[in-house]
Amino acid sequence: MDWPILSTLTFLPLVGALFILVVRGEGDVVARNARNIALWTTVITFFLSLLLWINFDVEEAGFQFEERVGWIAEGIDYHMGIDGMSLPFILLTTFLMPICILASWTSIQTRVREYMIAFLVMETLMIGVFGALDFVLFYLFFEGGLIPMFLLIGIWGSDNRVYATFKFFLYTLLGSVLMLLGILWLYFQFGTTDIPELMRAGIDPFWQRLLWLAFFAAFAVKIPMWPVHTWLPDAHVQAPTAGSVILAAVLLKIGGYGFLRISIPILPDATVTFTPLVYALSIIAIIYTSLVALMQEDMKKLIAYSSIAHMGFVTIGLFTFTPAGVEGAIMVMLSHGLVSAALFLCVGVVYDRLHTREIARYGGLVNRMPLYAFCFLVFTVANVGLPGTSGFVGEFLVLVGAFQVNTWVAFFATTSVILSAAYALWLYRRVVFGELTRADLKEILDLNRREVAILAPLVALIILFGVWPVPLLELFHAPVENLIEQHEAALAGVRNTLNFAAAR
Amino acid sequence: MLYGLIVFLPLIGAILAGLFGRWLGDRGSHIVTCGLVTASALLSVPAFWFVAIQGNTQIVELFPWIISGELEASWALRVDQLTAVMLVVVTSVSAVVHWYSIGYMHDDPHQPRFFAYLSLFTFAMLALVTADNFIQMFFGWEGVGLCSYLLIGFWYHKPSANAAAIKAFIVNRVGDFGFALGICAVFFVFQSVEFDAVFEAVPRFVDTEIEFLGTHLDTLTVITILLFIGAMGKSAQIGLHTWLPDAMEGPTPVSALIHAATMVTAGVFMVARLSPMFEYAEFTLMLVTIVGALTAIMAATIGLVQNDIKRVIAYSTCSQLGYMFFACGVSAYQAGVFHLFTHAFFKALLFLGAGSVIHAFSGEQDMRRMGGVWRMIPMTYALMWIGSLALGGIPLFAGFYSKDIVLEAAWGAHSGVGQLAFVLGIMAAGLTAFYSWRLLFMTFHGHSRASHEVLHHVHESPPVMIVPLLFLAAGAVFAGMLFAPLFVGDNHGFWGDSIFVLASHTALEEAHHAPLWVKLLPLVVAVTGIGTAYWMYIARPELPARLAEQHRELYRFFLNKWYWDELYDILFVRSARAIGTFFWKKGDEATIDGYGPNGVASRVLDIARRAARLQTGYVYHYAFVMLIGVVAFVTWYLFIVGM
Repeated sequence: MDWPILSTLTFLPLVGALFILVVRGEGDVVARNARNIALWTTVITFFLSLLLWINFDVEEAGFQFEERVGWIAEGIDYHMGIDGMSLPFILLTTFLMPICILASWTSIQTRVREYMIAFLVMETLMIGVFGALDFVLFYLFFEGGLIPMFLLIGIWGSDNRVYATFKFFLYTLLGSVLMLLGILWLYFQFGTTDIPELMRAGIDPFWQRLLWLAFFAAFAVKIPMWPVHTWLPDAHVQAPTAGSVILAAVLLKIGGYGFLRISIPILPDATVTFTPLVYALSIIAIIYTSLVALMQEDMKKLIAYSSIAHMGFVTIGLFTFTPAGVEGAIMVMLSHGLVSAALFLCVGVVYDRLHTREIARYGGLVNRMPLYAFCFLVFTVANVGLPGTSGFVGEFLVLVGAFQVNTWVAFFATTSVILSAAYALWLYRRVVFGELTRADLKEILDLNRREVAILAPLVALIILFGVWPVPLLELFHAPVENLIEQHEAALAGVRNTLNFAAAR
Repeated sequence: MLYGLIVFLPLIGAILAGLFGRWLGDRGSHIVTCGLVTASALLSVPAFWFVAIQGNTQIVELFPWIISGELEASWALRVDQLTAVMLVVVTSVSAVVHWYSIGYMHDDPHQPRFFAYLSLFTFAMLALVTADNFIQMFFGWEGVGLCSYLLIGFWYHKPSANAAAIKAFIVNRVGDFGFALGICAVFFVFQSVEFDAVFEAVPRFVDTEIEFLGTHLDTLTVITILLFIGAMGKSAQIGLHTWLPDAMEGPTPVSALIHAATMVTAGVFMVARLSPMFEYAEFTLMLVTIVGALTAIMAATIGLVQNDIKRVIAYSTCSQLGYMFFACGVSAYQAGVFHLFTHAFFKALLFLGAGSVIHAFSGEQDMRRMGGVWRMIPMTYALMWIGSLALGGIPLFAGFYSKDIVLEAAWGAHSGVGQLAFVLGIMAAGLTAFYSWRLLFMTFHGHSRASHEVLHHVHESPPVMIVPLLFLAAGAVFAGMLFAPLFVGDNHGFWGDSIFVLASHTALEEAHHAPLWVKLLPLVVAVTGIGTAYWMYIARPELPARLAEQHRELYRFFLNKWYWDELYDILFVRSARAIGTFFWKKGDEATIDGYGPNGVASRVLDIARRAARLQTGYVYHYAFVMLIGVVAFVTWYLFIVGM
């Protein structure tokens, strides 16, 4: 590859957005053209990202497709590159984008042009965040991604959108400001914000802890961890379907990716110090939010709470520093990206028909919508982590990793096996099974072709990666191994210095 | 190739009927699923010959599944003697049930879906018994659980069926909680999840300790107990049995296939398959024996007083599973699997026979509204007799051979728990005979208590239902006498390496030298049980009501199933809901939001409203606050530098 494929990929959606911007004409024409341009842009972006996968060397642990151009200042470069831990997230993003555009095809009727632009801009920012190897660049993409999301919820959201937007805003702001402070400190201390270089910086343990907490604030809100999770259910409830899809499938993963790319490799010592904290919060999240999910009356809220529980698995896995745990955590993120997206799309399907998310308003859908019931079933059992679906592979590996480190953590995390089944099947039973009694449900139509086109690839991938996850797992073998080795080496280094100091 | 076909033909059938059912229609779905499962059953006969008789065990590697660090698990088909026996049981009972269902379900509007589920279940069960590692076993384990959930809730318009389906899945998941932790522990200790690698390493870990939940415990005991919790869930053992009777909400063929013959025996299969681990864990074996014995007696007492024909048989299944477990617990795995084998035939026969009865009575399941029809449905009547004779352990019938060897092995263990299992097992055998004949007498004899209209419609089932029953009846008669010498005879060569027993565990060997009274006692109590049933339900029909009146407390205790459901409802269901609501309303909304964002937001909103009058749009707010952040930082930085 002698052309900057990664940057092309990153900024291609932005080009599409520019095209939409210059579309002129009547309202309907603009809307139609905007939809088509957005769809084609995202589809081309997806195929381009496949090119990235084809040319990717899975044996290589370091960064590939690297690009570096001087940028803001000495030490702050435009530095992009990917390894096996970032590539799958890029693929997840590019794969879901056309689906999101299609999901918004008819449900968005106002300000279609702006809506599509917001989505394309968001795609650029999301690919960027996974490709950035400079901390300032990372921050830019990380924060920038919030702006289109605010707009999506604030403009195209439901009734209580202002409250949700502000809540979202307040939480993420808190985290980001602290992270920005951390980045600037790093820059003034080391004269660089290059992530690979910072990994070798060997930061003083005391400062590591402060920085770790600052970054933790940003990532923990994003992923989100208990107790800074309450923005998520509200944001999901208010967001339009495609907004929820992106929020759950990709934006949450940026938090996990942040731990993986930044906290763990750059701050190894502090990471170990705070591991018990992470375990504790994750276990609380798993049990607490699963029980809360059990009692929800709003479909989207229920799925949002279940997302938080799943993210508890991610944080546990990442902080086990075992191959199974870390790879499992990445796998949970990818699988959850597909499954939560699919579940929100399922909510969207019935929301488009009845304009309510209240569980009690449904029931007996299987009578009229067998195809929908089938898709929903696959997604539900994947959410429960049934073997043979992608949901199982990651959760199981995380448990294996956790057991090696701390049996209490594994024990409490495994309760999710029971709790997730309870809330997911209870939701499914209330929505899909039962007698069809309500008058307005008697006329409800099964999936149309567009909806089949949206859901079928998700069903296929969830089962495919459940039965044969090797193509994904092999992507992150090498970098995870590398991560763990370096983590251990860094810790050994710190201990040696301490021992040395003590000996003197 | 042969083994691949046996396992995957049902899957192909399930996919065809499930995805293309609306084009295939009912008839097409029948042909596809029944044809493929029958083919699979026929192929399992040569497989049994090659593997079990000729001893050509084989492991067919398919493709890698989960690879992460040291953890490697592949999709594979492990076919040894134990698997071969299970293949025969699963595919043949499944094929019979498929055929029977054509008749039983002929009015149902959703037949393609039903047959797709049945075939999918068969596939999952075959994946379970052919697993070569713990993870694939878990796949099959959860797969059968899913199919069980779908089939119990097949009539989705019935709230009771939906509730039973969810209950079955969740109670099973409680067991899986242990199973999953057990697999984690296996990998942690052995650094592998492959059966052969683990089994080979087991002797090296005898008397070692593992830290589990803050305490140091014997490694193998911890692992086997965790795995056994999984087995308890799937095989409905005491404490985790509550889902099985409720599972009778599903169509009767489902009860026969899943909740009698195959899925519920997966726990027994697991213990037998993992015998190289359980053998070295004395404490766990004791636990298995006690749990099995208690389940056998508990379920039998409940079965005495139930009035729903399917529930009686369900509790009987639960009780018989207890026998299989205590056989394994005293290291007579062969006897346990033998009882599994014979039980599959006669219990499926009883269930399908009960289905035929229910069919004849236009859907009635309550035995108090049956009776007096044995002349009208003679075939069904005769088949139910055969099933009951086999279950009761009457000589020459299948259950006689397997139940007796199980009881003799319990006696032959010469241990405290063995004696316990023997005594409880003998008592349960008497109760079994009693409730089996109570069922026969209440259903077929005496004055009919059904309404005229129902009685008018009583009819024999069509051949498509009766012929499969004849096959099962043949199994119920001959499976015992034909296979007893092979499975549990003096010559132990049959099982090869598939079942491992320590040389010091001689229960099965001792069983062959049991004194005459031990061999005769089960028969004596069975005949007593039958006699008592005759006396109470034919000779003195007014007696049961009087007895129930006299022993009111005990009667209610049995009738209400020892109050397990009520206990669990208070302990888990209600408390989970209460805690969930508490976390949601008091935790999230009142505390976190109240002190966090809402508190702050109300301040910010005040400011923002003013700002919003100047410019609308959140981007500006955002940029504004980012700016504040930068300013704050610069101030701080200067402050640090200034120091």
